[in-house]
Amino acid sequence: MLTLTCPYCGVAAEETELAPGGEAHLKRFGPGASDEDFEGYLFARKNPKGVHFERWRHAYGCGKWFLAARCTATLEVFGTYPAQVSEPPPDIIAAIKAKRPDWKGYP
Amino acid sequence: MRRYSVFAVAREALRHHEGWGRAWAAPEPKKKYDVIVVGAGGHGLATAYYLGRNFGIRNVAILEKGWLGGGNTGRNTTIIRSNYLQDPSAAIYEKSRSLYETLSQDLNMNVMFSPRGLLMLAQTEHEARGYKRTVHANALQGVQTEYIDAARVKQLVPIINIAGPRYPVLGALYQPRGGTARHDAVAWGYARACSDMGMDIVQNCEVTAVRSAGGKVVGVETTRGAIDCDKLAMVVAGNASVLAEMAGFRLPIESLALQALVSEPVKPVIDVVVMANTVHGYISQSDKGDLVIGGGTDGYNNYTQRGSWHHIEETIRALVETFPILSRLKMMRQWGGIVDMTGDRSPILSTTPLGNCFVNCGWGTGGFKSIPGSGWAMAELVAKGTPGPLAAEFGLNRFREGRFIDESVAAGVAH
Repeated sequence: MLTLTCPYCGVAAEETELAPGGEAHLKRFGPGASDEDFEGYLFARKNPKGVHFERWRHAYGCGKWFLAARCTATLEVFGTYPAQVSEPPPDIIAAIKAKRPDWKGYP
Repeated sequence: MRRYSVFAVAREALRHHEGWGRAWAAPEPKKKYDVIVVGAGGHGLATAYYLGRNFGIRNVAILEKGWLGGGNTGRNTTIIRSNYLQDPSAAIYEKSRSLYETLSQDLNMNVMFSPRGLLMLAQTEHEARGYKRTVHANALQGVQTEYIDAARVKQLVPIINIAGPRYPVLGALYQPRGGTARHDAVAWGYARACSDMGMDIVQNCEVTAVRSAGGKVVGVETTRGAIDCDKLAMVVAGNASVLAEMAGFRLPIESLALQALVSEPVKPVIDVVVMANTVHGYISQSDKGDLVIGGGTDGYNNYTQRGSWHHIEETIRALVETFPILSRLKMMRQWGGIVDMTGDRSPILSTTPLGNCFVNCGWGTGGFKSIPGSGWAMAELVAKGTPGPLAAEFGLNRFREGRFIDESVAAGVAH
């Protein structure tokens, strides 16, 4: 079972305790944006086979949204971090690069 | 191609079955093809088959990174139905179901199409109302369905518990000509027919890059060398986003794991397909006697072809509640496939930002039933360069324009 550590309450939560929320770090476009940007924000997804940054909610715990870096090809978890950032923090990037030297990096 | 017939069986029976030969050839890829289809699953093979049969395009290669029919084609629960709410869905799924009716004859391969009837149980008032609405819509679309009451459900499925504690069965959406088919035989039948038309099926050949010039596709790089093409059809289900990335565009797709399992074989207990969407489980019995069981998808992106254990538990819990007689049945095998989910739970058959490159994906959890119809519509799209009536509504531009084909709402469940 997938286990993610909530960066807020520190609980190593099993996936039954969590609610997945899809791709993280989406750049938000709203009124006034072009149709292409708005479509991309709403629908286009990287959906990579490999390193994926994604949103999770500790639904049956502290209830907070957090972010995780995970490999969709192996289900390996590289780390979790608070959601109040617009891109992955350096320690997460370093953790990924240590395990995936050929990873092209964010974005 | 040696035709399969009762006479062939009799002849081979007299000579130790030594004369059958290969069902399809295993050629080295040529330097160039008119059309390359990526993905030798049901949809890719059907696309190639109808390109040849309906449009006379036979200089076609079908590239497969693994083995033929080894992805979702070999991992589904083989359910065939067309009881959809929205007109574009009903049209393409009913086309598909009607092609299944004569597919064994068309392909000279017994795909074991079994229109045994299919029930979608209504277990809440909301669901009952929704299904009645679908029946009315189906009547207008020319899809034969009816709404039946709980007593009739019990008559059709004697082992069902219609007075369950949480979700009693109130009725069902019944499609008498829905059913199942043999999934491997569908892939094999199309492959054999494609090979017979002179098409090249190249297995263990993974596409590693898409080459383009002047905004148009000119070929692909593969693990077995570069291959040129005039047109490229991407029909790779769960890997659609990976291939699209190579071609330089993004799709509104997320790849999720969907699991299925089979029980030990037992004597015939259920001769229809039953789907229970509120509690999330569906079941049919194969000709071997094992119960083929499916449930819902996981919630997070995944390419591993393994799913989460608790989803199996949910599915089994739902089935035991609906069919208490199954509670002590042993489960034999469980597996997962990677399904390509779109936001509106409807497929994508579309031109792409790259010229002469076409995409067929997004069938999500409903891919098997749609194989012939999908191939039929995709072949027309690839051959003509513009979608025909079946594919017209399923273009990528529907997301930008907000013209969703909202089957997630219509079905209330992954299908």
